[in-house]
Amino acid sequence: MTELTQLLFPITVFVLGILVGFEVISKVPATLHTPLMSGANSIHGIVIVGAMFIAASADNPVSYLLAFVAMVFGAANVVGGYVVTDRMLQMFRKKPVAAKAAADGAPGDPKARAGS
Amino acid sequence: MTYDNVYPFVYLAWLAGAACFVLGLHNMNSPATARNGNRLSAAGMTVAIGATAFLLIVQGVSPAAWAVIIVGFLIGGAAGLATARSVPMTAMPQLVSVFNAVGGGAAALVAIDDFLNHGSHGGANVSTTLFVVLGVVIGSVTFSGSLIASGKLQGLISGKPIVFPGSRLVTLAMGLIAVLGTLGLVFTATGTVVLDPLVANLVLLAIIGSALVFGVTMVLPIGGADMPVVISLLNAFTGTAAAMAGFAIDNPVLIIAGALVGASGGILTKLMADAMNRSILNIMIGGFGGGEHAAGAVAGGAGGSVRAIGADDAAIQLAYAQLVIIVPGYGLAVAQAQHACRELGELLEERGVTVEYAIHPVAGRMPGHMNVLLAEANVPYPMLKEMDEVNPDFDRADVALVVGANDVTNPAARRPGNPVSGMPILDVDHAKSIIVIKRSMGRGYAGIDNELYANPKTGMLFADAKEGLAQLTSAVKAL
Repeated sequence: MTELTQLLFPITVFVLGILVGFEVISKVPATLHTPLMSGANSIHGIVIVGAMFIAASADNPVSYLLAFVAMVFGAANVVGGYVVTDRMLQMFRKKPVAAKAAADGAPGDPKARAGS
Repeated sequence: MTYDNVYPFVYLAWLAGAACFVLGLHNMNSPATARNGNRLSAAGMTVAIGATAFLLIVQGVSPAAWAVIIVGFLIGGAAGLATARSVPMTAMPQLVSVFNAVGGGAAALVAIDDFLNHGSHGGANVSTTLFVVLGVVIGSVTFSGSLIASGKLQGLISGKPIVFPGSRLVTLAMGLIAVLGTLGLVFTATGTVVLDPLVANLVLLAIIGSALVFGVTMVLPIGGADMPVVISLLNAFTGTAAAMAGFAIDNPVLIIAGALVGASGGILTKLMADAMNRSILNIMIGGFGGGEHAAGAVAGGAGGSVRAIGADDAAIQLAYAQLVIIVPGYGLAVAQAQHACRELGELLEERGVTVEYAIHPVAGRMPGHMNVLLAEANVPYPMLKEMDEVNPDFDRADVALVVGANDVTNPAARRPGNPVSGMPILDVDHAKSIIVIKRSMGRGYAGIDNELYANPKTGMLFADAKEGLAQLTSAVKAL
């Protein structure tokens, strides 16, 4: 019985996490669904913490190998996910950068994306 | 400093990281705050990883383990960074799929290692074993399934549904092996079944193998047009796998983060399936989504007469309109025409025309894909309208300009009895005049003719999306 009891707390956290997720994410507009998914993607890169733990407790070649691959996967997930999400989000602007900024007298983004 | 002294603080740091994830996602509710939200989430991640590293320093870890952690991080991080910087926005769905794969893969590996070190000796408790094995199963399915999805999106594997004789049976059998194996291992943990550790490891191997095959045979029969649903679903799987890994190693931040991602993927899956008016089960079993029908599509096959229109005539309609609604679809992305589209839109605005973009939820290959492509082309986001918001506007639109969208504009969806019946569509036919830029009369993914093209109000400008928009732009300039 005790082992089940020990599990109650993590399960509670899991269920509340899902509910918070529903609450927060249902407010995200369709415009941002791609960055949302890519951002959520970076969040599940948190398994890298698990990879660090299995590396720390590794005492045989198999464990070292598993930990290494998990570290590579997790790091690619975290770093790549956040960078690409940031890249996408910086493109979302309220006003067109070059053409309109001058006409509207609004402070334009100085590093207006060249070309197009 | 001892491990026991430090652990509570590390735990609090994990909690802080999880709180940053929630707040970061919360900030995603508006494009104005989203970028800061993402950075907050990244900061939370840094705190969580840093705190873990600190805990390991206090605990004392072998140099070999540090080498694995640091070298692994550098290699993975560099690969992720390089890809993230260079990937074109049209390829975002593939990239997200690859990230799903590596995330699910990492979760599976963590769970596998935990089982090898604790579970196979029969000493582990039942509940932990259950979550560990679930982590292995879900992680492996996500890994192989996401790689296949990514291959399909990249064009390495045919985007059409791939069904071989007995493929459903294979999927079913693999699922059964995974379930039975999981039950076997759980019963071993209860002591009902006694397994030699070696046998237990072999059972785990069988579970991994069947889960990997299951992922492949699950995604192969799904057509290209259903990819937004598949990516969302696999995203939910990855989150769940991360949470299971969290149960395995008893770590709160993994559980919370996994739950958040699971919820996000779940919501998006539902939204996408609703936007296509299909149940998730129906999509997973496979069906249209680019099957035999689409392959047989040829030019000139539409019922009713179709009126072709020249760029000059179309330009006159556009230039003297008050409200023009542009309806972009995946054809626009394929032709890389988002910049040409923005150019035409800006030109019209300079002439005093109000321009809006009507974006169907499944335009593109993943949820919200079209918005990102247009944002990249510098279209301000307030001009990008969602379906429910823009549909009433079609009634007062002078011209609806359809570029590379097909099924989502087909009025046949309002009637029962055809493949698109019941699918929510953009009310393009309510506009006073309709211009469709299209290469030929080819059909969309649903494999049926679009009644919109036979509408007397519709003029067809036969051209590649990019070329057609360029023609229109120069014709408007010449006026």
